[in-house]
Amino acid sequence: MTADASARPIRVLLAKPGLDGHDRGAKVLARGLRDEGFEVIYTGLRQTPEMVADAAEQEDVDVVGLSILSGAHMTLLPRIVELVRAKGLDDVLVAAGGIIPDADVAKLKAAGVAEVFGPGTTIGQVATYFREHARRRA
Amino acid sequence: MPDLAERLRNAQGGDRRALARLLTDLENETVDMAGRRALFAAGRDAHLVGITGPPGSGKSTLVNALIASWRGQGRRVAVLAVDPSSPLTGGAIMGDRIRMMDHVGDDGVFVRSMASRGALGGLAATTWLTAAALDAAGYDPVVIETVGAGQSEVEIASLAETTVVVEVPEMGDEVQAIKAGLLEIADLIVVNKGDRPGADRAARQLKAMLSTAGGRVARPAPPVLMTTATSGEGVEGLRDAIDAHRAQRDPERARARAAGLIRRALANRAQARAVESSAWDDAVTAVAEHREDPFSAADRLLGFDQ
Repeated sequence: MTADASARPIRVLLAKPGLDGHDRGAKVLARGLRDEGFEVIYTGLRQTPEMVADAAEQEDVDVVGLSILSGAHMTLLPRIVELVRAKGLDDVLVAAGGIIPDADVAKLKAAGVAEVFGPGTTIGQVATYFREHARRRA
Repeated sequence: MPDLAERLRNAQGGDRRALARLLTDLENETVDMAGRRALFAAGRDAHLVGITGPPGSGKSTLVNALIASWRGQGRRVAVLAVDPSSPLTGGAIMGDRIRMMDHVGDDGVFVRSMASRGALGGLAATTWLTAAALDAAGYDPVVIETVGAGQSEVEIASLAETTVVVEVPEMGDEVQAIKAGLLEIADLIVVNKGDRPGADRAARQLKAMLSTAGGRVARPAPPVLMTTATSGEGVEGLRDAIDAHRAQRDPERARARAAGLIRRALANRAQARAVESSAWDDAVTAVAEHREDPFSAADRLLGFDQ
């Protein structure tokens, strides 16, 4: 049987780069995306950019979701985008969530982060965004 | 349709992205029959090692420790880690990787998470194909970690050459050890979390109950080992026992595994042929309206004489 490409679950890698240990948000999102029909690969805390990019490659995910609350987003997130792209993962959507000042959002988007979700974002909004923007390939 | 032959060639040449994509193609069943044949033809007879056991028994942590041990011998290790899909939404959370992050960045290790996607035997329906791809890509051993298994998720035994059942000291009393199911399929039994109270006793009970003579299944009692995956205690011994089990190369077991492969291929082929047949819709309608029984419909779709 040939599976319908639009029917297969979207694969999402959720990671917490850097040193902050607050993963409640990432876990709530993982659970919420599960309920929205996504296949979520959760890598856990304290990931280096290299670890995130390597996992994204092996898991062949459609989306990389990065949860970051530490304030190190301007260092870590552009580096992750760079490493992910360097592996040839051109069509992988990289998105972020957490405490990120408005002033930094534009810079992150310029660095290749597709979207930044702040406090108050609903799981439904994230799911809709991923469905609309995740790659769809044969 | 992606070019499987090219992806396979690239994967064999060390292109991890090509391998990752190949696994996705197999998982999504977008690979045609010629591609699937090529996959098995390219197999290198890697040792397929199944790791199963209840949720939270430490399977992933143990796999993490085993990877390190095999890497120490220079072997390239692949892991397929299966976690359950939601029966309600089809979604899944795969967390086995959390315990295996030690090996990220090591080109000799490839870890892939798979959601079970509705299959109930502890694996996904396409795990046998993704395992074949990792074999063809040159990984040996290929470790398959099942979903957290209760008592009857035993499909791994027909796929893996060596099946390791991981238990914990709190597994229960002696009666648990003689129930049918998971423990029966073990080639090796591991009592993990060996640093916990009661671990020695659990291992002793398992040994005593499983070695009890009698019954019609003439199979030697599986060795019972003890590990503490978090510290690495006992892991070298487990690795040696896994390798030693392969060295036995039981011909009967090889035949049973081959039969399992043919059964999977049969189900695959028959279903594809039936569903792609122009008579499929009519058959569905006829069975839905009770005009035809499902066996007759299947025979007709497959072109069997009735």
